[in-house]
Amino acid sequence: MSDLSDLYQEVILDHSKNPRNKRAMENATRKAEGYNPLCGDRFTVYLRVEDGIVRDISFEGSGCAISTASASLMTEDLKGKPVEMAHDVFDRFHKLLTGDNSVNETAPEVGMGKLAVFGGVRRFPVRVKCATLPWHTMETAMQGEEERVSTE
Amino acid sequence: MKAHRHVAAAAERAGSRGAFDVEKVREDFPILKMRVRGKPLVYLDNAASTQKPHAVIDAYNVFYSGCYSNIHRGVYHLSEAATEAYEQARAKVQAFVGAARPEEIVFVRGTTEGINLVANSYGRKHLREGDEVVISWMEHHSNIVPWQMVCEQTGARLRVVPINDRGEFLMDEYEKILGPRTKIVAVGHVSNALGTVNPVKEIIARARRRNIPVLVDGAQAVAHEEVDVRDLDADFYVFSGHKLFGPTGVGVLYGKMELLDAMPPYQGGGDMIRSVTFEKTTYNDVPYRFEAGTPNIAGAIGLGAAIDYVTGLGMDAISAYERSVFDYASDALQSLPGLRLVGTARERVSVLSFVLDGIHPHDVGTILDQDGIAVRTGHHCAQPVMERFGVPATARASLALYNTVDEVDALVKGIDRVREVFA
Repeated sequence: MSDLSDLYQEVILDHSKNPRNKRAMENATRKAEGYNPLCGDRFTVYLRVEDGIVRDISFEGSGCAISTASASLMTEDLKGKPVEMAHDVFDRFHKLLTGDNSVNETAPEVGMGKLAVFGGVRRFPVRVKCATLPWHTMETAMQGEEERVSTE
Repeated sequence: MKAHRHVAAAAERAGSRGAFDVEKVREDFPILKMRVRGKPLVYLDNAASTQKPHAVIDAYNVFYSGCYSNIHRGVYHLSEAATEAYEQARAKVQAFVGAARPEEIVFVRGTTEGINLVANSYGRKHLREGDEVVISWMEHHSNIVPWQMVCEQTGARLRVVPINDRGEFLMDEYEKILGPRTKIVAVGHVSNALGTVNPVKEIIARARRRNIPVLVDGAQAVAHEEVDVRDLDADFYVFSGHKLFGPTGVGVLYGKMELLDAMPPYQGGGDMIRSVTFEKTTYNDVPYRFEAGTPNIAGAIGLGAAIDYVTGLGMDAISAYERSVFDYASDALQSLPGLRLVGTARERVSVLSFVLDGIHPHDVGTILDQDGIAVRTGHHCAQPVMERFGVPATARASLALYNTVDEVDALVKGIDRVREVFA
């Protein structure tokens, strides 16, 4: 049970049931669609980037608890951050999930804020793609590519 | 509570079958003793692949330890012995599916290769621009994509027979779709995503009136009920060894001799030829014409052992036992609030696809796995079926002869726990 409660932490369950910033964005400057054909998860991430700052970020779509919570927490975390910092957060988020902290000597959870709750996903390797799908989609949107990303 | 009473009554029904001793059968499958995260393995992914009995595992050992060489080649003792073992396996398959002659059995890699073989060899020979290939809405991708590919190459068109909300083949629509341009029908015997047992005998009979050949994808059928290709009057029947308790990498294409005999080779290479010069090659007879290169000899022999195993138990006894566990599972799942079965055809076998209100199948699968319960989650290589039922994916429990009502109870308990996590 302990593994399971690591994966489905209160924050994750809360954000999967009541996702924040789940809406289309009329005045988005960039958007991208992400799809995982393995499980059918599908997300669209909208960004309004001005002066190198993520002024607004939102998402639409459907997926499992992990991917939905990840999308929701991602939008909360990145809103107001400079674009460069968003890349950095994703980088660290990825390391948190894959357990690779060779680059950073400190524990991967440190400084991650609420995103640290995804540390439990590390023990469920097949679910890592669920958590990273919204982030990959965000990265694609950042690059201004209008094409669809896929995690498979 | 009501569910539990129901469960007890059904358990009694299931246990009352003396002919089939499931505990004894379970002893034959070493992997079933395994524990996952401290819990007994509850293996409910039999539609994806089945576990292997000692008989099959031992067949490999015996063959590789004392009988191995290449086949159809040498004049020495070992090669003769290996050839005989391989051809005996063919005869076992022939008897198992009720084929008229062993030559009508072609060993392939699996169902997928069997369908590709027919689509490429028969399809490319007979399909012209404007011709039609008829499939059903509930096909596995492996009975869709090979036909799409051959349609692209020939200019033929894919026609799809719709299904109703229960997941049943619509015979009237089929009748309307069949026409002078229909050159072949390809349909699943049992749906891997819905469990629907299709009325293939009727489907074949209706095509026969128009002289249209029918390929039946039997991947999900052969482990659950007796198949007689001559009774069905199937022109082609394909299945995989690994879904019949046999090895991976071996499968069967049955084809009526007159059809196979008129078909060009699918792949070129050794063993499929009679003579080769740089000017001209003449091909070998059926079935060798379709078995280019060294085949999966051990796989075929392992499949033969699997067939001996199930026929030893008796397909009728297996079907009857499985029916009792399936009915019990179907009732137990349907009694759970918030659970919707996807696929409620009147004729079903093995497969129980379901979705839980507000909970994604992927999460269901992860939580069940914590209890050692293996179910499949996803689209089950049948995306058009998922779209038809308006779900991105389902969780799928699929039964085989070694599953028990206790395991169904474990599944029900596991689903309760899924809902607790998401309460």
